[in-house]
Amino acid sequence: MSTELTPVTYYLTTPLTDADVAKLNIGDRVFLSGIIYTGRDAAHRRLVELLDRGEELPMAVAGQVIYYVGPSPASPGRVIGAAGPTTAYRMDAYAPRLLAKGLKAMVGKGKRADEVREAMVKHKAVYLTATGGAGALLSKCIKKVEIIAYEDLGPEAVRRMEVKDMPTTVVNDVRGRDLYAVGREIYEIKA
Amino acid sequence: MKEISVTAIRNAVKDLSIKANRELGQDTLDAFVRYKEKETSPVGRDILDQLIENARIAREEGIPMCQDTGLSVIFVDLGQEVHLTGGDLSQAINDGVRDGYQEGYLRKSTCHPFTRKNIGDNTPAIIHLRLVPGDKVHLWVVPKGGGSENMSRLAMLPPSKGLAGAKELVIQTVKDAGPNPCPPMIVGVGIGGNFEVAPLLAKRALLRQVGERHPDPELAAIEEELLEKINNLGWGPQGLGGRTTALDVHLEMMPCHIASFPVAVNIQCHANRHLEVTF
Ligand code: SF4
Repeated sequence: MSTELTPVTYYLTTPLTDADVAKLNIGDRVFLSGIIYTGRDAAHRRLVELLDRGEELPMAVAGQVIYYVGPSPASPGRVIGAAGPTTAYRMDAYAPRLLAKGLKAMVGKGKRADEVREAMVKHKAVYLTATGGAGALLSKCIKKVEIIAYEDLGPEAVRRMEVKDMPTTVVNDVRGRDLYAVGREIYEIKA
Repeated sequence: MKEISVTAIRNAVKDLSIKANRELGQDTLDAFVRYKEKETSPVGRDILDQLIENARIAREEGIPMCQDTGLSVIFVDLGQEVHLTGGDLSQAINDGVRDGYQEGYLRKSTCHPFTRKNIGDNTPAIIHLRLVPGDKVHLWVVPKGGGSENMSRLAMLPPSKGLAGAKELVIQTVKDAGPNPCPPMIVGVGIGGNFEVAPLLAKRALLRQVGERHPDPELAAIEEELLEKINNLGWGPQGLGGRTTALDVHLEMMPCHIASFPVAVNIQCHANRHLEVTF
């Protein structure tokens, strides 16, 4: 059994600096506040196509956070429906390009590809997880939502969100560590 | 002959689709609390706290607990002395799903398998109809998320693998699933039957309350053994490390062909939505 983690809690406000993310270790709790952007596979494909053509992105990604989410519809009087994270590996093919542009954090659920982890180390960025299936809880942290690009993609359009104290956990830190591997190592009981 | 109107069934499907998505069962909630007390991982305890809070918010504010509000799986036990009136049962169930997903602001999650174009109203429902004795209709509404369904598995094992082989398959399935099905999960296991029945046994097993053991002591003992082994894997809540990977294991079994040994594992995430009603 490896040594247990001693998570630290941080409250961070976007945009994030290199120093903000460099201090984070796997297992730490991060409460995010400020502006974050949403995007899923279809939107990521379009963003990377823009980069391929040397064009400007609809938002500046340097220092920013992208949340992988496809919310349920908002009922009257709410800014958004349930809004938990979606599986991150579908964005793995595109994430390194955005990290190279200065993206500082991605929020989703599930493991990332090696290339994404390497890009996080190289460009000083982190991967955070929000609790999968905690869509109601996360919805409460979202104060404002505005579609800024690709409205035709419906729930997959790129949104600009204002969040307050959104709870996340550090899965991949700038040192290349992976909580999915380390966590299980600590708590596995071998027969 | 007792008459039951399909309109009553349509309305029940609508109401239960909305309610199931907003109100997590007490059995699952109690399990969160019970496991949190035993959880040694600080990250794991934090996640379980979030799930308890999530369920409270969903119930009190009337929003879905998870944005994946599921494919509508509907089980119907139809008493053979019942005369259904007022139309077609499948149509009524699908109308109920359509109404519920629209009125309840639930996400529509069915699509064309090739083009991936959204159908737009969460139909068609998956309907499992069974004819039973008596003059009642029993209905279960089970919205099932994609993340956990994708991590499920069916194997036609060689009979020589025996019970040990079946247990190994269950453990391996959970091990391979890792964080993807949003642990803590509930594991449904179906052993026997044939190629289409084993997964159905596994899915029916998930209708049981969390914490409820199989009445057959031999099967109950297997459930307990599997639960312990799964929780020894160390995945923990959300796969971030911990002792709470599964809240329960439910096993159902039936005879199979002498040449076959079907084993199915159906994974249910913590958004363990199932409600039932009797007419
Ligand atoms: S696996 Fe379950 S809890 Fe996780 S996102 Fe899907 S439906 Fe929600």
